Amino acid sequence: MLLSRTLLKRHSVLPGFDLALGFTLLYLSFIVLIPLAAAFLKTFTMTWPAFWAAVTSPRVLASYRLTFGASFAAALLNAFFGLIVAWVLVRYEFFGKRVVDALVDLPFALPTAVAGIALTALYAGNGWIGRWLALVGIKVSYTPLGVFVALTFIGLPFVVRTLQPVLEDVQKELEEAAATLGATRWQTFSRVLFPILTPALLTGFALAFARALGEYGSVIFIAGNMPMISEITPLLIITKLEQYDYTGATAIAVVMLVSAFLMLLAINGLQAWTRKRQGR
Amino acid sequence: MSTLTPTAGTVPLPRPAPGRSMQAATTEPAWVRRSLIAVALIFLSLFLFVPLVAVFAEAFKKGIDVYVSAITDPDAASAIRLTLLAAGISVPLNLVFGVAAAWSIAKFDFHGKNLLLTLIDLPFSVSPVIVGLIYVLIFGLQGWFGEWLRDHDLKIIFAMPGIVLATIFVTFPFVARELIPLMQAQGQEQEEAARVLGASGWQMFWRVTLPNIKWALLYGVILCNARAMGEFGAVSVVSGHIRGQTNTMPLHIEILYNEYQFAAAFAVASLLAGLALVTLVLKYIVERRVRHQIRSAGDTVEAPA
Repeated sequence: MLLSRTLLKRHSVLPGFDLALGFTLLYLSFIVLIPLAAAFLKTFTMTWPAFWAAVTSPRVLASYRLTFGASFAAALLNAFFGLIVAWVLVRYEFFGKRVVDALVDLPFALPTAVAGIALTALYAGNGWIGRWLALVGIKVSYTPLGVFVALTFIGLPFVVRTLQPVLEDVQKELEEAAATLGATRWQTFSRVLFPILTPALLTGFALAFARALGEYGSVIFIAGNMPMISEITPLLIITKLEQYDYTGATAIAVVMLVSAFLMLLAINGLQAWTRKRQGR
Repeated sequence: MSTLTPTAGTVPLPRPAPGRSMQAATTEPAWVRRSLIAVALIFLSLFLFVPLVAVFAEAFKKGIDVYVSAITDPDAASAIRLTLLAAGISVPLNLVFGVAAAWSIAKFDFHGKNLLLTLIDLPFSVSPVIVGLIYVLIFGLQGWFGEWLRDHDLKIIFAMPGIVLATIFVTFPFVARELIPLMQAQGQEQEEAARVLGASGWQMFWRVTLPNIKWALLYGVILCNARAMGEFGAVSVVSGHIRGQTNTMPLHIEILYNEYQFAAAFAVASLLAGLALVTLVLKYIVERRVRHQIRSAGDTVEAPA
């Protein structure tokens, strides 16, 4: 009864508020909040210089550069091609469109380990795709480029899925008006449509980037995992754990958690902007 | 989810005869259309279709016998059992949580609702590796409860409970996220009417609420289950990789792959890829029902069928 008296803004005839919210808060605390707090509390046992040294050692810095750099590049690639894919799926008709549309979600459904070994086999020097790239001297598997390929795979649906509904909502009249006023098709796209799509495009980009930052399963198979060169930050956390360096692992984890929370804030802001642009 | 509402129908204007000029003004020339479709399909092929095909091709590369022996191997069988068990425990728990969270958030107005919504989404932004780490910090030998657990001969980390906990964490928001927007769109009127007509709380839930949300619920469960069975990073940290005991299917794939048993690794992987395809098909079917349900929720208070 305590919850309903203190929290409810107005009385409701519906039952079960205390039970439902009570269970929700309890479950949330035990599964998510308290365990996450453990990570932060663990770092408080470190002195500030020790913490700083743990999160800024050269090997850790190299892993940040790779993780953030490859995530950013992969999200950028996904933003560009995601826009084209979303456009094609919403605007054009072609054979097999429904299957293609359904398959866009594959990276959400396919376990990351499966994606990891499949991409590695494909992009290795003797793989279906890697063979052709090898001819022009490009090596993908077991290099930082492999990290980029894996992160592109897992981030692929985000831009497409955030753009699709917005694109479907665009009113034809706007484009007709632009055409009547003498705009070319490209001008209509760049000056009328693109500004409407921008918030959703940025949201999709941010979602893909945030997802890529924490990714582990698909990357470790294809990356080669060489310290300083192709070692991502999540892998470094595991390496430290295996060496029983719990505080070192936790310190890096806290840095990654804080960046993830910042991304979450940014995404919430972008989503609010998208809704405002759409006038709801 | 609000974006799912259809565009308002355009007012039919009297158009200059065949309408071809209007059509041309709001679409692209044929060569642009074809090239864009080609670019999209090439991109999706390189990153999606070919990898998917590769899983099955590699799995059957060494013949059907190798395939069958890989998936009937005792270690593989035990990995499959553990994966089913972990999903079988974590999905129902997250289902109950999802319904409870959606009920309180969608049907009531209370302080701190937005904060709660953000917190429910939180597990999506935490790296799976960190999920594993935090449970090690709590239940591991060096952790908060490490000594107590050891004294009472209980094992959580490097055992089944740890795997289940990690799975619950990474699949935490799925059901709630699907239910909340739908239940918000449906409003409270039907439940209020049921109450006024004398239904008990449970009667109202089973006869009014549940039929209204069943498709979205199923959709959430499907997504939750796919992720639960495929989780790798979080489970990898807490599992300990004991063959035949604490290996789930994704971890079993990793071991086979690292031992250069590629055909066997891809054989087990093809089971999970098959699950992913089934998930996509179910998702496609259910998504259309959910869209329909949200749309009709936006209309009038319809009589339950």
